[in-house]
Amino acid sequence: MEAQLQQLKEEALQKITASVNVKELNDVRVAYLGKKGPITDLLKGMGNLPAEERPKMGALVNVVREEVTTVLEARMTLLQEQAINEQLEKESIDVTLPGRPVKTGNHHPLTRVVEEIEDLFIGMGYEIAEGPEVEKDYYNFEALNLPKGHPARDMQDSFYISEDILLRTHTSPVQARTMEAKEGQPIKIICPGKVYRRDNDDATHSHQFTQIEGLVIGENIRMSDLKGTLSVFAKKMFGDEREIRLRPSFFPFTEPSVEMDISCFKCGGDGCNVCKKTGWIEILGAGMVHPNVLEMAGYDSKKLSGFAFGMGPERIAMLKYGVEDIRHFYTNDVRFLSQFHRTEV
Amino acid sequence: MLVSTKWLAEYVNTQGLDPKDLGEKITRAGIEVDAVIDRSHGMTNVVVGYVKEKVKHPEADKLNICQVDVGDETTQIICGAPNVEAGQKVIVARPGAVLPGGMKIKKAKLRGEESNGMICSLQELGIEGRLVSKAYADGIYVLPETAVPGESVLPLLGLDDVVLELGLTPNRSDALSMLGVAYEVGAILSEDMKYPEATYTESNEKASDYLSLKIDAIEENPMYIAKVVKNIQVKESPLWLQHRLMAAGVRPHNNVVDITNYVLMEYGQPLHAFDYDRLETKEIVVRLANEGEKIVTLDDQERTLKSNHLVITNGNGPVAIAGVMGGANSEVHDGTTTVVIESAYFAGGSVRQTSKDHNLRSDASARFEKGVDPNRVILAAERAASLLAELAGGEVLAGSVIVDELDKTPAEVVVSPDFINNRLGMKISLEDMTSILTRLKFDYQAANGLLYIKAPTRRQDIKIEEDIIEEIARMYGYDEIPMTLPVEESKPGGLTSYQAKRRQVRAFLEGAGLYQAITYSLTSKEMSQKFALETAPVTELLMPMSEDRSILRQSLIPHLLEAVTYNTARQADTVALYEVGSVFLGETESGLPHEQEHLAAVISGKWLDHSWQGEKKAVDFFVLKGIVEGLMELLGLSKEITFERTVVDGLHPGRTASIQLAGEEIGLIAQLHPSEQKDRDLKETYVMELNLAQVLNKEVEALYYAPVSKFPSISRDIALVVDSEKATGELQAIIQLSGGRLLKNVHLFDLYEGEKMEQGKKSVAFSLTYFDPERTLTDEEVVNAHNKVLKALAEQAGAELRG
Ligand SMILES: [Zn+2]
Repeated sequence: MEAQLQQLKEEALQKITASVNVKELNDVRVAYLGKKGPITDLLKGMGNLPAEERPKMGALVNVVREEVTTVLEARMTLLQEQAINEQLEKESIDVTLPGRPVKTGNHHPLTRVVEEIEDLFIGMGYEIAEGPEVEKDYYNFEALNLPKGHPARDMQDSFYISEDILLRTHTSPVQARTMEAKEGQPIKIICPGKVYRRDNDDATHSHQFTQIEGLVIGENIRMSDLKGTLSVFAKKMFGDEREIRLRPSFFPFTEPSVEMDISCFKCGGDGCNVCKKTGWIEILGAGMVHPNVLEMAGYDSKKLSGFAFGMGPERIAMLKYGVEDIRHFYTNDVRFLSQFHRTEV
Repeated sequence: MLVSTKWLAEYVNTQGLDPKDLGEKITRAGIEVDAVIDRSHGMTNVVVGYVKEKVKHPEADKLNICQVDVGDETTQIICGAPNVEAGQKVIVARPGAVLPGGMKIKKAKLRGEESNGMICSLQELGIEGRLVSKAYADGIYVLPETAVPGESVLPLLGLDDVVLELGLTPNRSDALSMLGVAYEVGAILSEDMKYPEATYTESNEKASDYLSLKIDAIEENPMYIAKVVKNIQVKESPLWLQHRLMAAGVRPHNNVVDITNYVLMEYGQPLHAFDYDRLETKEIVVRLANEGEKIVTLDDQERTLKSNHLVITNGNGPVAIAGVMGGANSEVHDGTTTVVIESAYFAGGSVRQTSKDHNLRSDASARFEKGVDPNRVILAAERAASLLAELAGGEVLAGSVIVDELDKTPAEVVVSPDFINNRLGMKISLEDMTSILTRLKFDYQAANGLLYIKAPTRRQDIKIEEDIIEEIARMYGYDEIPMTLPVEESKPGGLTSYQAKRRQVRAFLEGAGLYQAITYSLTSKEMSQKFALETAPVTELLMPMSEDRSILRQSLIPHLLEAVTYNTARQADTVALYEVGSVFLGETESGLPHEQEHLAAVISGKWLDHSWQGEKKAVDFFVLKGIVEGLMELLGLSKEITFERTVVDGLHPGRTASIQLAGEEIGLIAQLHPSEQKDRDLKETYVMELNLAQVLNKEVEALYYAPVSKFPSISRDIALVVDSEKATGELQAIIQLSGGRLLKNVHLFDLYEGEKMEQGKKSVAFSLTYFDPERTLTDEEVVNAHNKVLKALAEQAGAELRG
């Protein structure tokens, strides 16, 4: 019987080693260690043995059984590992294949510029004010110190709808309307919007374009406050190293009036093609609100004062992104629009 | 305004500043110098030549062989100009010269003959053709006999000069004259002025014996002075005067006209010269024109006048349109011997209207429009008389003929230094302020802590305290203004709820794959109401620049479609655009159209192309509808949105839906009509437009969290067979209504119509989810609820349960 056991063991071990996959090994397990297997049969057959031999034989069977089990488990672990490896090998992919695209659009570059400016001033306590694009002559001109027949009206040839109604030539009427509505209270607003002028569309002119203006009215608002505010704007918008300079200018609705240059963000002031070799780039017009404008809207110009500034998002986008033709903003060529997708530094 | 720095230096010491530096100082002080133009263009080797001999070129009809004395030698030059003659002093560019056009002069052979240089026209020296006097417009320029061969021509022609081009704002009309610019430069550099001289010997005869003057329109013409100069000889002006005019951008004609233009440039006061004999009547009457009255002006145009146009007449008919242009009938000509010089103050508004009506803008009208200095009217007349005496041999008659009711009181401004400093946020001392006023040549008195200022009449822009603030600040230097921020109650800024939601709408649409477009508001009549959600009377321009941009739009779709067409024509295989913008509806009580903010979107072409994994999809109705539904979900409105079949011109009749918010139409979504697609060469294209204002202004419930339940939900599927026409939306509504409070979700998961179905029928399958947040549902409860749904579907939609 002992010899039989030894033979069984040899046989089992041989079959374990010969198994090449988990299934075959499981078959071996069932065949030798299962309830109907020869080892179990041997144990059952121990009844025929003399009583004193039974424990010895039982122990021997158990030893063989354990030995076979151990070898089988070891083999099993190995084969399972192999199986997993084979599976993983099969599942491997070409990681250089393209991913499933997530297609998203993006802001129009002008909106990108406008929102950047809006957010920057919102951070300084400004609100956003909007108004109609078709305006009364009164709000577009008269309330802004541009009475009928004023020579400065030449500066902006307008699209009239009737004698008293026109497409606004700037966003300043929003300021006039806000002042009227606020009835003498302090104001701190940014007014973005579309404006219209009688220009033939070409690389630098567009009959429709965008403006963004700011207005602050309060007690003792000073020109130094305007300069400080513009400097904060310039640094946030164009970089911390930007210097600003003010030059005297003229707008009918401000006195004094200024134009603001920033030190060139491309060359840092050394002179390049962006700044036309001057080191400076003209960015916006501004000034202290003209007392006539304040008075027309019911503000006491001796007690309250204010400043206003205005700029063109087209110009800023053209400078910032190097766009050479203003018409690109209105053609809506996807090859153009889609370039304003990514985040900036 | 073009300012010759050499000419300028006659009135003010420019301290030998490099013109570029001078220009920079002027710019920083307030008048922008747009360009600094070197009139020499760096030319060398351009000298006076004397043509000793001229013979025809044997080989070429149009060429002449000239022997030219160029100072150090006599050399041969071939010249093709028709007006070259022996005995002339001419401009010679010698070998080595580089002309402004870039032409390099070299020794050359022309048809076998040697040529050692070039005889030049003024144009070849960089002078614009329109500035060259007519006599030399088509040939070489002939220098005066006094020119010395071999000497450089640059000083002779005033080309050794630098011109500053000023970009003047409308308030600074005082700088429309050399004297005005000199005042400005004097103030900047703290230098005094030198004024032009006007001295001449008066004749024994009196002007008033030659001429009478009457003004019948004193409001339009409060001041008029005429001087009479006789025995003049009309001829070419001296070279210095001609080249100064050319530097200022004025073409020389003859000495009389040139003198009036010279004084115009010098004083900013327009003058006009009449031929006295041609006036015929010894009389000048200024009046408003008779309606329909005619005059032939100097440019040989017959012009019909209106009753608000001011004219100068000889008592009978017009001889000039006041301040705008003279008449041909009284023009100075070569044979003129006696001239009347007019210097007047014409009201700006009147000249502006007249020049606009006749589309005639001139150096004169531009200055009258902006208002000339009342105190220079007489000075300019006297200066012209003296120049006529000096340069035309004229005899100036004694006195003048004058009417003067012009108010010449200077504007007075009282301002406190504290007010100036408060507004600027600075601490400029009183001393510094008064020193600036002195430099500006403003009369002032400092008393009682105030400055009493009389602004000179040349500075008509100075009227109020703020004007003085600007003068002080710009002269003190804007660089000196400190940087501060407004001191105030700090209040948070921000967007309104509408503005914030609009930004989220943009972000959503872009996340969904659409690019933001911005198109024009102005469109054509044809497009203005196409696809409009709502039409109203159109808003039309009075004077459009073109038919295509003449009316304000009432729908955003047409221009978006233009953009799609543009992109598709350029091989874009997907075009997905949206726009947020106003449409303009009718007229409100205020007279303005109602501006309604809309959102529109257009998609065309491929929607998804991930073909290597078998995913590929063209745009269709449901792609766009899904975007609209997602948007409504974002805005908390999805429960109130419904879609209903409708028909709209230009859109696919079977694929158009009106979008309704709580039963009110707020938008449309559709496929573009196939014939419209064909016209534009587009594949299937889908459009939608929403009244965004209405959507964003719709009130929504506050966002409030519903507890996440730990109890399971139970799903039941239903497959139905219904008539093909039955809208699935209707079925879904029936399910929702009949499902009771336990029914939480209805999801359409299958739709089949085709061969395996009976004709006219379709199969629809829904998955229903039942759920109670409080407990686990029993089978019985679900069966009960579900049976109610099935019953309702059968009764209300004739649906048969399938499978
Ligand atoms: Zn630069």
